[in-house]
Amino acid sequence: MQSIVSVGIDIGTSTTQVVFSRISMENTAGYFSVPHVSIVEKEVVYKSEIYTTPLKTRSLIDGDAIRVIVEAEYKRAGFSPADIGTGAVIITGESARKENSEVVLKGLSGFAGEFVVSTAGPDLEAIIAGKGSGAASYSDEHSVTVANLDIGGGTSNIALFDCGDAVSKGCVDIGGRLVTVDSDMTVTYISESAERIAKSVRADIRQGRKTSFEDLKQLCGGMAELLEQLLGAGERTELLGLIKTPGSSDFVISKPIRAVCFSGGVADYIYGTERDRLVHGDIGVLLGEAIRNSRLFSEFKVVKASETIRATVVGAGTYTTSVSGSTVDYTEGLFPLKNIPVLRLSESEQKKCFDGDGTVLEERLRWFLSQSDSDNVVIGMRGEPDPSFTEVKRLAQTIASAADSVLPRGIPVILVLECDIAKAVGRQMKEYLNNSRPVISIDSVKVSQDDYVDMGRPLMDGLVIPVVVKTLIFG
Amino acid sequence: MADKKLIEDIVMQVLTEMGFDGISAADTEKITEAVIESNKAETLTDITSKESKAKPLLKNPEDMDALVRMKSKTPARIGVGRAGGRLNTQTMLTLRADHAAAKDAVFTDVSSDVLDRLGLFTVTTKCCDKNTFLTRPDLGRSFSDETLAEIRSKCRANPDVQVYLSDGLSSTAINANAEKILPAIIDGLMSRGITVGTPFFVRFGRVGAQDVIAGALGAKVVCVLIGERPGLATAESMSAYIAYDVKVGMPEARRTVVSNIHKGGIAAVEAGAYIAELIEKILKEKKSGVDLAG
Repeated sequence: MQSIVSVGIDIGTSTTQVVFSRISMENTAGYFSVPHVSIVEKEVVYKSEIYTTPLKTRSLIDGDAIRVIVEAEYKRAGFSPADIGTGAVIITGESARKENSEVVLKGLSGFAGEFVVSTAGPDLEAIIAGKGSGAASYSDEHSVTVANLDIGGGTSNIALFDCGDAVSKGCVDIGGRLVTVDSDMTVTYISESAERIAKSVRADIRQGRKTSFEDLKQLCGGMAELLEQLLGAGERTELLGLIKTPGSSDFVISKPIRAVCFSGGVADYIYGTERDRLVHGDIGVLLGEAIRNSRLFSEFKVVKASETIRATVVGAGTYTTSVSGSTVDYTEGLFPLKNIPVLRLSESEQKKCFDGDGTVLEERLRWFLSQSDSDNVVIGMRGEPDPSFTEVKRLAQTIASAADSVLPRGIPVILVLECDIAKAVGRQMKEYLNNSRPVISIDSVKVSQDDYVDMGRPLMDGLVIPVVVKTLIFG
Repeated sequence: MADKKLIEDIVMQVLTEMGFDGISAADTEKITEAVIESNKAETLTDITSKESKAKPLLKNPEDMDALVRMKSKTPARIGVGRAGGRLNTQTMLTLRADHAAAKDAVFTDVSSDVLDRLGLFTVTTKCCDKNTFLTRPDLGRSFSDETLAEIRSKCRANPDVQVYLSDGLSSTAINANAEKILPAIIDGLMSRGITVGTPFFVRFGRVGAQDVIAGALGAKVVCVLIGERPGLATAESMSAYIAYDVKVGMPEARRTVVSNIHKGGIAAVEAGAYIAELIEKILKEKKSGVDLAG
């Protein structure tokens, strides 16, 4: 058994948090089989306080202040960046839309540890939150569809899980801090989307003007209704399309939703109650109540989240890293590798490679590299489950030769397969290239076009490579 | 169209038996076509196929999706329903078909085509037939002096590694995997600069025969690829038994085993790549089995 420490850092619309988890892996195959290393335990070992995300102005995050928070939390948790094996910094909600979000993210992931990835994007956020809240594992264990709604300060991320797999995701601009009021009910802030919703339900909420408790309730009722529409408990209106978060996917209900799970800061007021409805000077508590009284509660089975406000940070720290198959091949000393874009081969392109025709692959590689900032590329394909030795040899030579003619000198050929044949293919690529170029061949990892892959240092005596498959919205 | 000819013959025979005489060739042809056509509509499914086994037979399950998913995770016969206290006919037939495949795996011989394509010569242990092989494990571990002399004369002496194939309890496993795994291992070893002995095939062989072979050829490491006792889930599973500095009568714990090599377990080529690396490690550490794992 080997364990690594994983960090999760979430910079959200309203809160910033850090968690540390211990991820344990073990060779679970019997003594008489080919090794099979899998992650056997994930345990959150430290949770930070929940900080208000420091801002310099409405459109600028205070990067220095965040760094101070994170450094202090590392100290308090008793870890130094060198102890950190993996993890993710995620910038979410409205924070991802601030002008300097990319700079802040890059600065942090550099500090946080050698193999800490940075990621953002509403789709990914929805999935990570759904894993952190326990919705994904509930869906897996009970073989049902579960929709996770992560309702934060600025956005509501939704992910639909079917038997543990994320099948649909989306995001809308509904959140607890889209309206803030001061102690005498004067509106200090109202977002564009909240204004739209307020208008549609005839709630009188305008920036700088006094509003009433009833108006705010009215607005939250409207928001809950939009969420009902999103989950299919009501007819979708045009307004729902207007409040969709830019850059997020359309949430498609591909299979009837059986259960819902709520996470994010607002979830605490959905599952529990709070007497002082304006405790945070925003609409969080009221939105929670409106959701509790909505059809989301009567039409679906409600699953209690294992994490609410911490779902995203726990998801980022615990669920982003996976391990490759345990029979892989690679040239030593190449890791960690970060942000490598994926070139995914279609079934017909894969077949051509198996048949020994590398022209299409070569063409695609050439075009891909000319379009990409990166010199590196991951060639992703399904592979075949039980190929013959001749087929493997031909495939390996075709890929190695195509990549060798296109990639700049010294850049490794990186192959990521789904079927468990990477060691055989990798070995043949190595033989073909005869040390003229490094090789990485791993399997049991699924990558799609437009994904980015990070690979950490080999673990478990070099049997497996930790892998993070992610999307990037920046750059 | 041998099938058509056969059907035509049967049609003719039936018509004659029924007392229809003097039917024209064209009419017979028409009847034959009709018989063939009517049989096409009812194509029989192979009940032992993966697709067929994946389908739940249980009528009206509470949650069909969940049941399908459970079935995808295990080859066990779950969700098959029942007829009173007994199995349904299809389940019963599938069980018997799988059992027959398992028995066949034990009783058939390894295909000579496979051995020819791999260019392997065959030697036989002291067992003279399958029955002796099954009832006398001791004979499956030993060779006559003449056979040993033949092995010595045909094989390279004192290699780093001697790899060979043996039927063991499943010839089907050898037929299914040998051509995928053997070149992968040999290629992997040679490219590492390890000398590999001349491969061959041992008929009616038990694992322990490798001790005698290693001794006869002076190999540092011996690796046998042998058919595993078949079960009802698969009859194609193969194992590799690998040992360093083998002695007859040594403890079994000194053998390193890689099992479950078949298309539903670890793919043969991938296992081959793994075994080559494992043998390199065994040669370097100069130990195998439990000693190596520790």
